[in-house]
Amino acid sequence: MPPSMALRMNHALPHNHRDRLLHVGREVQFPPDTRLFEEGGHADRFWIIRNGTAALDMHVPGRRPPVVETLGIGDLVGWSWLYEPYVWQLGAGAVTQLRAYEFDAVAVRLMCLDDPAFGQAVEHWVGRVLAHRLNAARARMVDLYGPYETKEPR
Amino acid sequence: MTAVPVPHRVVARRQETGDTVTLRLEPVDTALPDFIPGQFAMVHCFGRGEIPVSVSSVQATGGLAHTIRSVGAVSDGLYAARVGDVVGIRGPYGTSWGLERARGRDVLVVAGGIGLAPLRPLILRALAEPEAYRRVNVLIGARTPDDLIGRKEIESWATAYTGVMVDQPDADWHGDVGVVTQLLGRAHFDPDTTTAFVCGPEPMIRATARELAHRGVPRDHIRVSLERNMRCATGHCGHCQLGPLLVCQAGAVVGWDLAEPLLSVREL
Repeated sequence: MPPSMALRMNHALPHNHRDRLLHVGREVQFPPDTRLFEEGGHADRFWIIRNGTAALDMHVPGRRPPVVETLGIGDLVGWSWLYEPYVWQLGAGAVTQLRAYEFDAVAVRLMCLDDPAFGQAVEHWVGRVLAHRLNAARARMVDLYGPYETKEPR
Repeated sequence: MTAVPVPHRVVARRQETGDTVTLRLEPVDTALPDFIPGQFAMVHCFGRGEIPVSVSSVQATGGLAHTIRSVGAVSDGLYAARVGDVVGIRGPYGTSWGLERARGRDVLVVAGGIGLAPLRPLILRALAEPEAYRRVNVLIGARTPDDLIGRKEIESWATAYTGVMVDQPDADWHGDVGVVTQLLGRAHFDPDTTTAFVCGPEPMIRATARELAHRGVPRDHIRVSLERNMRCATGHCGHCQLGPLLVCQAGAVVGWDLAEPLLSVREL
């Protein structure tokens, strides 16, 4: 399965675990510019985007928070809810009208504790999402769009 | 094809970004053979030298044009050219994109930065024959919004999906932020019946082609344009050698099945 498809919850989780997770999710909508969470806040929920775009941003003193990444259909919004101290590392907001499944973090963590197989599957899925985003961040560090260095002398 | 630069007059100059222009050219006297999208010319700035530049428009559809980013002595000179100035052109050189390979298939174009310019004539040709191709997708990545070329024209393309992603947004940017490969999840294509065309700096080409291959696009249907140090463009000097390839002859456009092992060799 292609890597980015494997990151989507409906591909990453086995059928039975996916159904259990969706059972505790609820459908929500956010108008454009709605804040989902703020950096440093308590990570008590997470979302899977059904339609629309969300932006992750970072607090920089004295500046409007710069957007560091946008997320679209099928993407997981939020991972800090799974790992202590359950504090958001970035902020997030809806760029467009956003439709998503929203999940209560405490409920899902209790499900993970109650059923180790379910917990392992969820942690594996979120871990792959994190690894993919780490790779994307590293790729951006090497300046993908910089000019070919040895092409032409100054 | 000619061994000496053929004088061409700049008949139009369009400022694309802060350091990039598109020069539309007409022969002063002798016309060169028709270029095919994907091919390149050696563009000569008199008194400075010459550099390889892919065509961003061909004679058959709107006239010969080159998009040039000012990154060195020669390209600085070409960037500074004004309407009425004369530059030299040698060509056509190299391989074409080979759009005919995509007939009956999905077309996926992935461009990084100024890499959109050589892909522009291919996109226009594919969109002009909607019955010949399935879905046409165009994915564009750039470092900043100011590095995007042809923004108004992009909006006019009747594609199945056009996505634009920037790495470093400014305050006025309301589009997507990240790496261009993230757009692959939103494009409409069946990997095994897709032909992809990728152009940009080699780090971006490598990241994109690897992701496409992971997704199941056949490696020989991932066409990439290699950027090498071409001098003679006729296969004699060897400056553009990449492993066993002389890129000016066997490229610049090659399949990923050929390019992948070569771009995986360290220090090559």
